[in-house]
Amino acid sequence: MAGDAHGPLEQFRIKELVDIPVAGVQLDITNSTVWMVVAAAGVIAVMVGGTRKRALVPGRLQSIAELSYEFIAGMVRDTVGDEGRRYFPLIFTLFMFILFGNLAGMIPYSFTFTSHIAVTFAMAAVVFVGVTVLGFVKHGFHFFSFFVPPGVSVFMWPLLIPIEIISYLSRPISLSVRLFANMLAGHTLLKVFAGFVPALGVAGILPLAFVSALTGLEIVIAFLQAYVFAILTCLYINDALHLH
Amino acid sequence: MPQLEQISTYASQIFWLVVVFAVLLGVMLKVALPRVQGILEERRKRIDDDLARAAALRDEAGGVLRAYEQAQADARAEARRLLREQQEAAAAEAAARHAALGERLAGDTAAAEARIAEARREALAGIEAAAGEVAQAMTARLIGVEVDAAEAAAAAGTGRAGA
Repeated sequence: MAGDAHGPLEQFRIKELVDIPVAGVQLDITNSTVWMVVAAAGVIAVMVGGTRKRALVPGRLQSIAELSYEFIAGMVRDTVGDEGRRYFPLIFTLFMFILFGNLAGMIPYSFTFTSHIAVTFAMAAVVFVGVTVLGFVKHGFHFFSFFVPPGVSVFMWPLLIPIEIISYLSRPISLSVRLFANMLAGHTLLKVFAGFVPALGVAGILPLAFVSALTGLEIVIAFLQAYVFAILTCLYINDALHLH
Repeated sequence: MPQLEQISTYASQIFWLVVVFAVLLGVMLKVALPRVQGILEERRKRIDDDLARAAALRDEAGGVLRAYEQAQADARAEARRLLREQQEAAAAEAAARHAALGERLAGDTAAAEARIAEARREALAGIEAAAGEVAQAMTARLIGVEVDAAEAAAAAGTGRAGA
């Protein structure tokens, strides 16, 4: 599968650009690194560059910055409440970074760093560990009561508690795989159908139309998956703060 | 797929993810988010101020309107009062003039009646004298007796009284 230089999965290949070996570990600068920097630079361009004028009547970029701020602030307020204010910068940065990473991946010949399980799992793991630590700091050993569903008879506990624990432990997996798989599937599908365009000649207009429509859908998914990642993080924080 | 094959790149991916994300988080935390928050608060404050000022202006306008309506009502009442006074004064003057005219007319009537009575009395006296003279002249012509004027007058007066 990996041998095909023009296969639909080839776009996900990590290419080393600068070799940086540190104590036997390769911390190379790769195409993934470049697009992470591009995404971060994009976020900074909108959020810092766009608000430079601090206009009372916002221009286009400042409107995007303000809308993003109010969108995530509203999401945090709705799901976590006022206590969530402390976690707003982290959730905001997560959302914007993933969103810009996903959107930058829609540029032809670019690279989508959110389509790599290593990246998405690292982010999900940080969220998972952070939320668990938060829960223990906030509630101590009482945090374990989170695994006991409220209003359920004691006889059901042996069945339900393992399920709750498995469900809790699978959070980082579902959180990371959801984002990674969406990006992977979308970009693979685009590549496959794009491959049909030259292969079919004049009839290639059909897959071309499909690819165009799919590109629109992918942009929606880019936004949606960033949103899902951010709102699930909010919900996990809310669980840790308020248990049930 | 490369995601699961290039395991040697995991360290690099995660390392750079942490670095880039940390820098981005720092910039958001220190620069972008406070600035956007400032912009939004500034705007909200500005809007609230504008609304407060608009409310104050509206209240002021309401006060001016009430004052204007009060002044108008006062003016109307004043006009009504003046009109009533004028009407009353005119009515009083008309009544006075009417009374004076009536008095004058009554006086004139009385004077005229007095003059008429005088004239009648004078006329009657004249008739008596003339009747005496006629009687005197008639007696002298008819029976040739010279009656003195007083007698003749008395006789004419008796005849007149007898008639």
